[in-house]
Parts: sequence; structure tokens; C-alpha cells
Amino acid sequence: MKTSIARKVLMALSGFFLLFFLLQHFVINFSSVFGDGDGFNSASHFMGTNSIIQFGLQPVLIFGVIFHLAMGIYLELQNNKARSVKYAMNKPGANSSWMSRNMIYTGLMVMLFLGLHFYDFWIPEIKTKFIVGDMTGLMADGETLRYFHELQLKFQDPIRVALYCVSFIFLSLHLLHGFQSAFQSVGFNHNRYTPIIKKLGNLYAVLVPLGFIFIAVYHYLNPPH
Amino acid sequence: MSETTMNLTLKIWRQKDAKSKGKIVSYPISGISGHMSFLEMMDVLNEQLINEGQEPVAFDHDCREGICGSCSLHINGEAHGPDRGVTTCQLHMRMFKDGDTIFIEPFRAKAFPVIKDLIVDRTSFDRIQHAGGFISVNTSGNTQDANSIPIPKADADKAFDAATCIGCGACVASCKNASAMLYVSAKVAQFSLLPQGKVEAKDRVLNMVEQMDKEGFGNCTNTGACEVECPKGISLENIARMNNEYLKASITREA
Amino acid sequence: MSVLDAKIPEGPIKEKWTNHKNNINVVNPANKRLIDVIVVGTGLAGGSAAASLAEMGYAVKAFCFQDSPRRAHSIAAQGGINAAKNYQNDGDSVYRLFYDTVKGGDYRGREANVYRLAEVSANIIDQCVAQGVPFAREYGGLLDNRSFGGVLVSRTFYAKGQTGQQLLLGAYSAMNRQIGKGKIKMYNRHEMLDVVVVGGKARGIIARNLITGSIERHSAHAVVIASGGYGNVFFLSTNAMGSNVTAAWKIHKKGAFFANPCYTQIHPTCIPRSGDYQSKLTLMSESLRNDGRIWVPKNKEDVEAIRNGSKKPVELSEEERDYYLERRYPAFGNLVPRDVASRAAKERCDAGYGVNQTGEAVFLDFASAIQRYGKEAATVNHEPDASKERIIELGAEVIKNKYGNLFQMYEKIVDQNPYKTPMMIYPAVHYTMGGIWVDYNLMTTIPGCYAAGEANFSDHGANRLGASALMQGLADGYFVLPYTMGDYLADEIRTGPIPTDSPEFDQAEKDVRGIIDTLMNVKGTKSVDHFHKELGMVMWNNAGMARNETDLKAAIAKIRKIREEFWKDVRIPGEATELNSELEKAIRVADFLELGELFAKDALERNESCGGHFREESVEIGGEQEGEAKRDDVNFKYVSAWEWTGDPGEAKLHKEELEFKDIELKTRSYK
Repeated sequence: MKTSIARKVLMALSGFFLLFFLLQHFVINFSSVFGDGDGFNSASHFMGTNSIIQFGLQPVLIFGVIFHLAMGIYLELQNNKARSVKYAMNKPGANSSWMSRNMIYTGLMVMLFLGLHFYDFWIPEIKTKFIVGDMTGLMADGETLRYFHELQLKFQDPIRVALYCVSFIFLSLHLLHGFQSAFQSVGFNHNRYTPIIKKLGNLYAVLVPLGFIFIAVYHYLNPPH
Repeated sequence: MSETTMNLTLKIWRQKDAKSKGKIVSYPISGISGHMSFLEMMDVLNEQLINEGQEPVAFDHDCREGICGSCSLHINGEAHGPDRGVTTCQLHMRMFKDGDTIFIEPFRAKAFPVIKDLIVDRTSFDRIQHAGGFISVNTSGNTQDANSIPIPKADADKAFDAATCIGCGACVASCKNASAMLYVSAKVAQFSLLPQGKVEAKDRVLNMVEQMDKEGFGNCTNTGACEVECPKGISLENIARMNNEYLKASITREA
Repeated sequence: MSVLDAKIPEGPIKEKWTNHKNNINVVNPANKRLIDVIVVGTGLAGGSAAASLAEMGYAVKAFCFQDSPRRAHSIAAQGGINAAKNYQNDGDSVYRLFYDTVKGGDYRGREANVYRLAEVSANIIDQCVAQGVPFAREYGGLLDNRSFGGVLVSRTFYAKGQTGQQLLLGAYSAMNRQIGKGKIKMYNRHEMLDVVVVGGKARGIIARNLITGSIERHSAHAVVIASGGYGNVFFLSTNAMGSNVTAAWKIHKKGAFFANPCYTQIHPTCIPRSGDYQSKLTLMSESLRNDGRIWVPKNKEDVEAIRNGSKKPVELSEEERDYYLERRYPAFGNLVPRDVASRAAKERCDAGYGVNQTGEAVFLDFASAIQRYGKEAATVNHEPDASKERIIELGAEVIKNKYGNLFQMYEKIVDQNPYKTPMMIYPAVHYTMGGIWVDYNLMTTIPGCYAAGEANFSDHGANRLGASALMQGLADGYFVLPYTMGDYLADEIRTGPIPTDSPEFDQAEKDVRGIIDTLMNVKGTKSVDHFHKELGMVMWNNAGMARNETDLKAAIAKIRKIREEFWKDVRIPGEATELNSELEKAIRVADFLELGELFAKDALERNESCGGHFREESVEIGGEQEGEAKRDDVNFKYVSAWEWTGDPGEAKLHKEELEFKDIELKTRSYK
């Protein structure tokens, strides 16, 4: 934890963890556009009530997010100090991508989005489950699971949908650098495999956020009956 | 082949010494030939300044063939200027157009304090090497025969590519974080690829990284700017190799 | 009896070094740490000496004017390093390397030193590999060799075109290990401005801190000067801008004899000068001559047409070209030794056949090599019907693999594509074989003061073979000085620390301050470079590749005049108490202005042609060798060692007669 490389490796490892989580989240959310939401409902119910996930993995996830954020900010501040006098004329675009230089900003945007996202979904969930104490996951009718319906309702607000879409663009920019960068940080760079990783990373960074956008827009266009 | 010459405006960082405050000063210059190297253009400027009774601009330079690593200018926003794979002394004025304004600044980093004008102190690089940039073998008249350890050509070539680093500091100057990872990793990678260097590989990487951090260089965020601006094309692969070596060493080292 | 005693050990040449090592004094390890050694210069010789001496236990102080020891100009050596390893089983041996080096030096080197050099050459490779120097290897993992500069065996070890860099970084890493341990104290950005002699022995130096301008005293029990060569006396050379003679010249003025100053190597394949602003010349590896053909147009009209751009060189037919090396030297053709190739180029250009704007360039043409390789490649690729274009494409690919980096460098500098149009080349000053006179122990005529590497005169005679300079620098530093200095230092174990407040230090510091004050107070009208360029012109025109009595006498007069003007009219802005690049240059040029005169005086005195020194009065008359250099072994088989007497023009000549017991003197022939 004390040296630059150790911090960089931890940044990468937490990044990997978040990448994995995001993919899992995406797969479950994507199930909401198929059929009438049954798959989405049962997966959500499982994730929301399984105690290993709730009390084992969820805290790890929250810690991972906070760690990634805090370390990112700390490193950024330290890096700023490494060059106290700035260049009068600088052309960073000549040698590096915008994404790689602005991870802190795209990252912070994603964090802001997470705040909204928690407000929208996570806090109501916690309220229902642990304050109200309703662990059934059922709607008022007592028969169907409520998750899909709640999802549909949230995406009826065009402003929210727009905010989500914009946030996913920031997420994409963050991932475009972050995915392959994490491999480099943990010391994996091979002239045969790194080009493949870079392609995979670009694919992931474009498809996953695009998929999330698609989900949001899909539900906006297909309101509940 | 009559040749047209250029008139340029130079905006140069002037700073009397390490303690003084510096500023950008504008100098017009004319009659510059495209065949001149950038430093020859600086010579012309200095000759002009001396003749006018002014102090010439101080800048580091020595071999003027791109190998000693002395020259270190940040030209129009890029270390060693707009060309690729060259040092400032190999940059030619034909890369510029008549009427251009050229910003000339020292390499900027906390670990490279300005000494005067465009000259910076890069001894932090040397101190990192003192911490472990060597193989602990004494001179002797009977070291084992050079051919007693065959080294796969691919490894030898890679070690050579890493070893071509000239220690100019363009990597630090270009990095948005002023990180020295490319420089340090070049030496770590060179020795970690050779059997001779493997013996003390763990201590080397741990000590060199510790010293690098102490000097106040920033952290690597894999932007890749260093690799692009490196006049010798040192690959980012070396940084990955160093990360890897560092991980291995910090996990397996003795208490 | 001459005052010069080379102290060559007795016995057969093969046993001299071994016997000598067995018989000389050794300092007890516990005493070594009480002994200080100063090393000036951190190139191959200085860096390796500093590291080795520190490993042995001496307290070393190393000085360099660059910001880091790694930037010494050894770093720029391209080709390779010779060693008698005989890995290629082509009959190489210590004797053969010794023989080639003495013969290459045109029998003006000292046999015993050269034999020792050949003897330790193999150890250098072992040492460097152990240090992690990444030499080129074959697919089997063993070291690769190439032949270099027309030598008959493959004994050159190399690391692409950056051998000097890799070797220097090896020595630098060895130094770093000792700096980390506190055994070497490194003074970078320091320039030595005088040696301090106490009681007849070198006891320290006066150095200027180039950042603060402060004048510092440093004491030691012995001083090693490894400050490189003085090619920059010509202003334009392949040396680094900072390369200078000052350290060597200062010890010369304190009693060290300067040997053979006129022996200069002029390298034939450099990129020509493009204009008056030119600050330095760039060397391109000699290996280019293996495949390139050198020519100029036969007719002056074509020369004119090429110069003004109305004709392109490729438009000239074979009949319109003069491949002058192939014409004059049919046996060796384009591969004649460096000095012969250089003089021939100058001869053509002086006759008005130079092919660029300055009239100082000849063509180095790869078109026929591209054709030849292209046809070979077509055969290998089973393309019997390959078109003309295809053959050129294939051939260019082969050339690219061999010389790609050089072609790229050429194109960056000249802005012409050498695959399509012939390269232009011209000779440039590259290496100075002359230097401080040293005995077999590398000690100068000042006891306790040593000289190593290019700064001394010892091993290359009148001409240096390719890939020998790196070998000599490292041999001196790693394997010779650590032994021979012990012999001297064994008597110093009871001396104790050398005080820096003695009258000798006071005086030396006062002298240095005096020179600096004088320079700063001239407040004249012309820049240092102005005088340096003037000196360079005189050296190049009057004491360059071909020399004669009239020109040399004129050179002496002109240099004296420039020197006089320099001290009256030089302008150095700024203060002496700060970083002041102009002052640094002025101090160096002041010394070049004295050395230049001694150089010309030495050239004048040596009325023979030998190696890199060509005297127009001494040429073969008649016979097959008509017009070629004529060596005079009867009258000039000696080393000229010059003693300072207060003025370079009044320097006193001492002769060290050279004895050749193990090699028979032969006349060079390349016809």
C-alpha cells in the first residue's frame, strides 16, 4: 500500500472486481427486455434476498467502489503535486488519448450517477427490506414480484432516462481506458495477447454501456400496461 | 536549389537560477534554414543575444546526435518537439513553418527542478540507479567466460531494446503525472530478462521503486504518453514487466 | 639517456604483463580505504577505472562536466569492441589482434602496451557480459561477432549500432553500485581546471562547480585523467559539443608531456556540412562502405548541374561517374582504410568535384547493392521472372535490414531518401590518437598522475582500427589502472589525508581564479564560438587530412593571432558565480587555442606520412605506390613527447624511440 506500484495494482484489482460486477449487473438487467420480466424478477429476487450476496458480497462491493474512488482521488492529488509548475504550452493530445488522461473526471461522473442510482433503487430496496421488513419481494397484490414493475416505473421520467444515458457514456469513456489499463497495471503485457485484450476491452466498454442505454430507452418506450 | 528561410517567434522560459521566479520571454528570430537542427537554431539565437549584449539562453546539450540524453526541451507542448523517435538535437527546423510561434520550456516535474533557463536537474534519475540499477559483480580478470551462459536471442534482443534508454527524461516530461515508470522499468526489465540479473532481481525492483517514489515522481496511470514521446521507443511492455516483477518480489520477499 | 622512461617490463612480450603484475606492489585492503583517488571523466576509461578502484576499496572521487556520468561521449560509439576470443574459430588470437593493432597504427604505437591490450581484451567481454551488457547474440544464445574495418577475422562484439552506449551504461552501473555504497563520491557538473602538484606528486585538483561557479579544492593521493580526446580543436567534429582538452592540457602545463598531438583520425563516412550554422558532424557507421560505392561525376558540367539541381545523380550513366576508390585502389576498392578513403574524398572535392552546395561531399551509392541483393532475394524467393521494380523492392528490403537505422538517421538529417538517391558523405574529425604521454603503467610524467583512454596516447599509434577505442578505454580502466596504480599507492599508505590548505593548493586556486577573472573582464565584442570557428577553419584547412610545411607554418602564425585576439576581444555575458555556458566554453577554447599550435608544430616536425598523418612532402615517388603515403622508419620511428615551457610554440621535444621486436615493419599497400 505504501508504494506507487502497490497502489496502482490495487486500483487495477478493484477495477477488475467492478468490471465483473458490472457485467453481472448487465446480464440481469438485460433479462428485463425479454418476455414479461419474469427472468428479471426472479434474478433480482435472488440477488436481493440471498444472504451470502446481501451480507457477504454486497459489503465487499461497496467497499470496492469506495476504495476505487478514494484511491483514485488520492492518486490524482499526488500526481498533481508531481508537477507543481505547469507548461505554458502543452499538447497532451499528441501522445495520449482523452480517456486515459481524464479517468478522474469520467470516474467522478460515474460516481455521481451511482448516487442517483442508489437513490433510485438501492435506498428504496433497503427501506422496503430492512426498515419496513418486507422480504417477500411481492407487489401489493401478493402474487407477482415487484422488481420489474418498479424498474418500468422509474424509466417513465424522460429526464432520468436522459441522465442515465449520459452517465453511461461517461462509463464507456472510463472503461475504454480502464479495461486494458488494469491488465497493464497488474503486469500483463504480451505482444500476442495484449492486442486481443485491447479489442475485448473496447468491445466491453462500448457494448455494456450501450446495452444499459438500450435497456433504459426500451423501458421508456414500452411503459407498463 | 535556392532555399527559403523562416522567420519565427520563440517564446522561451527564462529563469536566472533555481531560486528565482521565471517567465516566458519572446524573441523574434529570422533567417532560419530548414536544414538546421533545433539546437543550431538555438545557437543562432544565442549568438544574436551575445552580440546584443544579452545573456544567452542556457540549455543542456552535448553529443548532438541523439544518444547522450542531455538535451531536454519541451517544444510547442511536446518533449523533444513534434517529430517522433528523435531527441531535440535531431529535430530539424523543416518541421516548422515560416511565421510559427514556438514555445520552448524546460522539462517540468517536481523531481526535475530548474537550475537555469531550460536546464533542469535530473540527478533524481541517477539516484534511482544508485539504489539498484546494477548487477553486483566486481571487476576481475577471470569472470566466467562470456559464452558460458547462453541467452535466448529473443530475451537478449528485448533486454537490448530496454537498455537503449538514454535517460533524457522525456517520459517524465510528457506524462501528465510526471511519472518515471518508463525510465525505471527500462533498467529493471533489462536486468530481469538476463540470467545474470535474475540473482538480485527482487531487491533491485523493490529498492529502485522505493527510491523512485522518494524522489517525488507521480504515479503511472497507463496513458502511454511516455512511449509515444520516448526518442528511443522504449515500450510500455517494460512497465508491465516491472509491475510484474514488483508484485512477485513484494509477495515472496523474506520478512 | 632520454628523460622518458616507458618502464616496459623485461621478458618476452607474452609474459611482460603477467610478470609485471606478479612483481609490483599491492596495497593491503585495510589501507586502501585510507587512500583517495580522483578520476576526471566518466567515459569508458574513467567510469571503469572509478568503479574498479572503488571495488578494490580506494576512496574514489569522480568528476564529470555533464549532468550525469552516463552522458560521457563514449556513449556515441556505434560499431563495436574488438576482443581476441576466437569464438568464430577463424584463427584469431591475442597475437593476431596485437599484430593488427600495431600494423593498423602504422607502427607508431608501443608494442608492449598493445600486446597487453590484446591480452586483456577477452576479459573485457567476460566482464561486460557479467554486468548485463546486452551484446548481440545468435539464435543458439551465444555471442555474435562481425568483422569490422577490413580486418580478416570476425572479432568485433556489438550491440546493434549502440555498442558504446551499452558498454558505457555497463561501466555506469558498476559506478552506481559503488556510489550507492558511498565508495565513489560523484561530482557531476564539475569541470577540472587544474591539477595540484605537491612535492613533485599529483595531490589533487581544482574544479569549478558549473552550477554555482564556485571554485573547489579536492585532494587525493593520485589523479587519473580520463577526459577523452581533443577533436573539437577542429570546431566541427563528431565529438560532443562539450568534449574538450582542458583537463589534459592543464596537466600538460604542470609537467605532463603531450605525445603525438598531430595524430588525428578523420572518418570518411560522415554526413556533410549543410551550412555555416553547422555545430557538429554526425558519423555514420563505416559498415556502410561494405555495400556502398563511392563516386563523383567525371565531368565538371555534371557537378555543376547536380549542385544547382538541374540534374539528379541517378540520371548519370555509369560512364559519367568516377568511382575513384575502385579506380585508384582496385584491390581494396571502397574498403580502403579510413585515412585513405578520407584523403581521396578530399582530393576529389578540392579538385572541384564535390557534389553538394558547399562543394564538400561525395556520393555513397547503394543502387548496385540493391540490385545485387534484389536478384539474390528473387532467386531465394523462387521469383525468376521478377520485374525490375520487384528486384529493387526486394533489394531495398535487404538493405533496410542491414542499415535501416542509419538510413533513417540520414533521411532525418538530410531530408533525402537514400534508398532512391545516393547518400552524400564527407570525412570528419573523429578520434585523436595523440594525447598525454604515459609509461607502461599509464602514469604521466607527473608522478601520481595517470592518463587513460583517448586522453592518453598509448595504443593506437598513428591510426586507430575500428572497434579498438572502446577496447582500450575499458582495458585501461578495468584491467590496467587497478593494478598499476597499486604499485604507486603502496608507498602512500602512511601519507594520511592530503590537506587542501597547502601553499600549492592556494596557488593553483589563485591561478584558476586569475584565468576566470581575466576572461570575464575582457568584455570584448565577439562570442567564444566566433574564435572557436576561426581556429577550426585553420586546423581543417592547414592541419587537416593532408599537411605541408608552408601550410603548417602559416597555421602556427594564424593560431597565435587568433589566440591573441581571443584574449583581447572575447565577450562573455553573465557572471562567473553562476551557471555560465559561455564561460565554460571560453575556458575550453582558450586551451584549444594553445593545443592547436602545438598540434601544428608537431605535424610540422614529423616530416613523414604515417597513419592518419599525411605529409605532402613525404610520398612515394615512382613505382606501384606512386603518390601514396611514405612512412620514414629511419628518421621518425619515435613518439614525439612535448614538454611545456611556457608557450606552445616553445614546447620542448622529447623522443621515445619505438622498438619493434615482435613485429616486422612493413609498408602499407592497398593497390
